[in-house]
Amino acid sequence: MSITLHKPATRYRPPAPLGGRGAGPRRARRSLLALLFLAPALVLLGAFVAWPMLSAFRLSFTDSSGFGRESWVGFANYARVVTDPAVLRALGNTALYAALFTPAAVIVALVLALALNHPRLPLRGAFRTALFLPFVVSLAVAAFAWSYLLDPQIGLLNYWLRGAGIQLGNVLQDPALAMPTVALVAVWKNFGFYMVIFLAGLQEIPASLREAAVVDGASAWQRLVHITLPMLSNTFAFVLIVALIAALQAFDQIYVMTGGGPFGSTQTIVMEIYESGFRELELGFASALSYVLLAITLLLSLVQFVFFGRREQDMQ
Amino acid sequence: MTATDHRRPRRVHAASVMLVLGMLLAAAASLLPIAIIVFTAFKPIAEVNAYPPTLIPGEWTLENFSRIFDELPFARLILNSVVFAGGVTLFALAFDSLAAYALARIDFRGSRVLLIAIIASLMIPFQATLIPIYQLVADLGWVNTFAGLIAPRAADAFGIFFLRQFFLSLPRDLDNAARIDGASEFRIFRSVILPNAVPALLTLGIFTFVNNWNDLLWPLVFTTEAEMGTITSGLTLLTGPGGIIPQGVMMAGSLIAVLPLAVMFLMIQRRFIESVATTGMK
Repeated sequence: MSITLHKPATRYRPPAPLGGRGAGPRRARRSLLALLFLAPALVLLGAFVAWPMLSAFRLSFTDSSGFGRESWVGFANYARVVTDPAVLRALGNTALYAALFTPAAVIVALVLALALNHPRLPLRGAFRTALFLPFVVSLAVAAFAWSYLLDPQIGLLNYWLRGAGIQLGNVLQDPALAMPTVALVAVWKNFGFYMVIFLAGLQEIPASLREAAVVDGASAWQRLVHITLPMLSNTFAFVLIVALIAALQAFDQIYVMTGGGPFGSTQTIVMEIYESGFRELELGFASALSYVLLAITLLLSLVQFVFFGRREQDMQ
Repeated sequence: MTATDHRRPRRVHAASVMLVLGMLLAAAASLLPIAIIVFTAFKPIAEVNAYPPTLIPGEWTLENFSRIFDELPFARLILNSVVFAGGVTLFALAFDSLAAYALARIDFRGSRVLLIAIIASLMIPFQATLIPIYQLVADLGWVNTFAGLIAPRAADAFGIFFLRQFFLSLPRDLDNAARIDGASEFRIFRSVILPNAVPALLTLGIFTFVNNWNDLLWPLVFTTEAEMGTITSGLTLLTGPGGIIPQGVMMAGSLIAVLPLAVMFLMIQRRFIESVATTGMK
């Protein structure tokens, strides 16, 4: 599986039916046919993705509370996003969370995928099962389990670490450690998913390439650096984008473990959207914040696409 | 024979030992939180709060499981989770695969623009449109209904993109033969592409089911009555301020939340993991 944005689907040409590749009526017929296939998805995506996008944009310039009258407030909500210290803090916290979660999750996933793919690894199936199992646990449940493991009084992990001379204290009440902890929970839950995507990418690498390199006397390290990793670059781009986007949406385990605390140190953008939108009913402000989240997500995705698109062209 | 040739087997051996040790450590880290859920769920309350803490119960009990059904309308929450996650999965697989087929196999005007639009919408986090979606669902009178939980997710840009990629990887000879024989596109979709895409459909179906079963924010927003929540959202009601629930009870609820997915994964994992990259032509 790979991102092939610059390789258009239209490169595919159906076999020319008798009478040559269709223009005019045949083409129109194909478009109608495609529309039939696409209709259910397009209606739903239109109603629940495209329209809400436009609606959130309009709301972000109002002081709507969902009830009664709303008035146009211009850029006031956006001004609040860039001046309100609490909001700026949430933006910074989200960046910190992404900086902690994304590299850790992607690197752990890649290393473990390479290890699982190692020809001399015994019990491959058992290891794969164990490593993937956390992915079926919800972040909320993972949060319950980790909170209990890390409990300063009765937490088993805390107790074991104390035995090893490491004093963690109450990590969820420590403004410096709360964020790394909630990021760790997400790494634990998600690396298996990214690992499976890497495994699929590894299986796409033709065995003949590896065999040729072995014949040419390439060491395992050389094969990794010059064959495996370059061949994985599409998969890597895909995983990185997915992980980064997931990081920007951090919510579940934070809602459960810290509620955004202590002292707002784990308050993320989505926590802020949830609270302002569904608790304070400041729909206009929450929508402006939603658009900031959207803008950051789009920007990062575009950077990724451009960067990896260019690298892939260089390689060809 | 040189010295290097003699050294090689021993070095390889050391590397293998490191590999296995590293993997054992990774597996232990993976399994510890799951083990704590399983074991704590069967611990008597006194043991759960005892110091020093232990992993495995000294005495096994089911009291935590009966207690979770007292604390929450838990049977109803299980049903809600099944209907919500199952409904989203079935609808999304049907609608996503239809759309993906058009994008992968039908050469029509605008397909590239549409594909870019779908990939672009992949980047829209649902959290960013949650408020208008909620308003729409509320206007339709669908808050606290399965329709409100399911309909907004019954088609998914990621699913369309994922399946399109898979369909593209299927050899064209597969469907060209049918096309030359005069089969309709829908017939090719149903009889040629879908049977060959079972591994991808399973993968996507499992991801969709797991993600929805496990989602917290969505049921938190679209259900306001405890009776309409999912297991995941229901359990969080017990943790808030004022909710002092013994960890054993929380872990019993957590175990019930995890068990269906874990069993499902263990049953079909081989197919699930190995088949993403393989095609129907072997």
